[in-house]
Amino acid sequence: MKYIVDITVQLKDGMRDPEASTLQRSLEQIGFKTHKLTLAKKFHVTIDAESEDAAEEQGRAMCERLLANPVIHNYTITVVRK
Amino acid sequence: MRLAIVQFGGSNCDYDVEYVLTKIIGIDASIVWYKERLNGYDGVVIPGGFSYGDYLRAGAIAARTEIMQDVRKMAAAGKPILGICNGFQILTESGLLPGALMLNNYPKFICTRTYLRVENDQTPFTNRFNKGDVIQIPIAHMEGNYYTDKSTLQELNAGNLIALRYTDPMGEVRANANPNGSVENIAGILNQRGNVLGLMPHPERASEEILGSKDGLKIFKSMIDYAEKIAAPNQ
Repeated sequence: MKYIVDITVQLKDGMRDPEASTLQRSLEQIGFKTHKLTLAKKFHVTIDAESEDAAEEQGRAMCERLLANPVIHNYTITVVRK
Repeated sequence: MRLAIVQFGGSNCDYDVEYVLTKIIGIDASIVWYKERLNGYDGVVIPGGFSYGDYLRAGAIAARTEIMQDVRKMAAAGKPILGICNGFQILTESGLLPGALMLNNYPKFICTRTYLRVENDQTPFTNRFNKGDVIQIPIAHMEGNYYTDKSTLQELNAGNLIALRYTDPMGEVRANANPNGSVENIAGILNQRGNVLGLMPHPERASEEILGSKDGLKIFKSMIDYAEKIAAPNQ
């Protein structure tokens, strides 16, 4: 069966992200006051898997082996049947 | 004794390192394309550049190529492995060194001279220096902000695995001498065994008088001394 695995990779909470703080300042300059701004990378991967759990497991393996760096990142995975 | 310089798509300091090793120092060294294997080499330099366009994270793709399995085996065999700039990023991404290199604190590309203090002179890469020496080697990077969690940082300190720190010209570790936000001004670290060094500064750009500093040459020469000892242990 085909599944779409949605993977979001972002810096662990509390880690300094200069890109995010620059954007926050930039938003403020054009009139948007924000309390918090974080950036994340999103991957939409379409795969074959036997079940939703198996698809999620594949997504997890992709994160562990390439898409995320465990030293600095957290990731979340949601699976949708295609 | 022969050193390999691993070349990935997007490496761009490969020829500079080759020039320093073969023309200035005069040893046997060759560039090895990442699809080839590392047979018969006594040490490896992973040069700087932008392998795979820094896609995903700097060094992430190169770290997962097959040739890095050979590098891993050579590291396990005790051979010296030197990662410069992107090479350092590749070594952390491959798990050969702990921590990660993140976007510079001030998020832009920095190309400048830096002063470094030699924190450990008993390593295969620094034994031609004395502890406390202040040396000058330039940096050129956008992701050189060394980060690691507190417990790893403690291990690095306790094991004397921090080889180089960014300092002011007097050798003082100061916040304003930290070009990229690295934790504890770290510029270069070793693995537990001491035979793998990653550093952001470019020793190949400080290997001739005309470039303003020859301090980088001592890093290569230290590495060569060590590789020669390993290659011919009975001599």
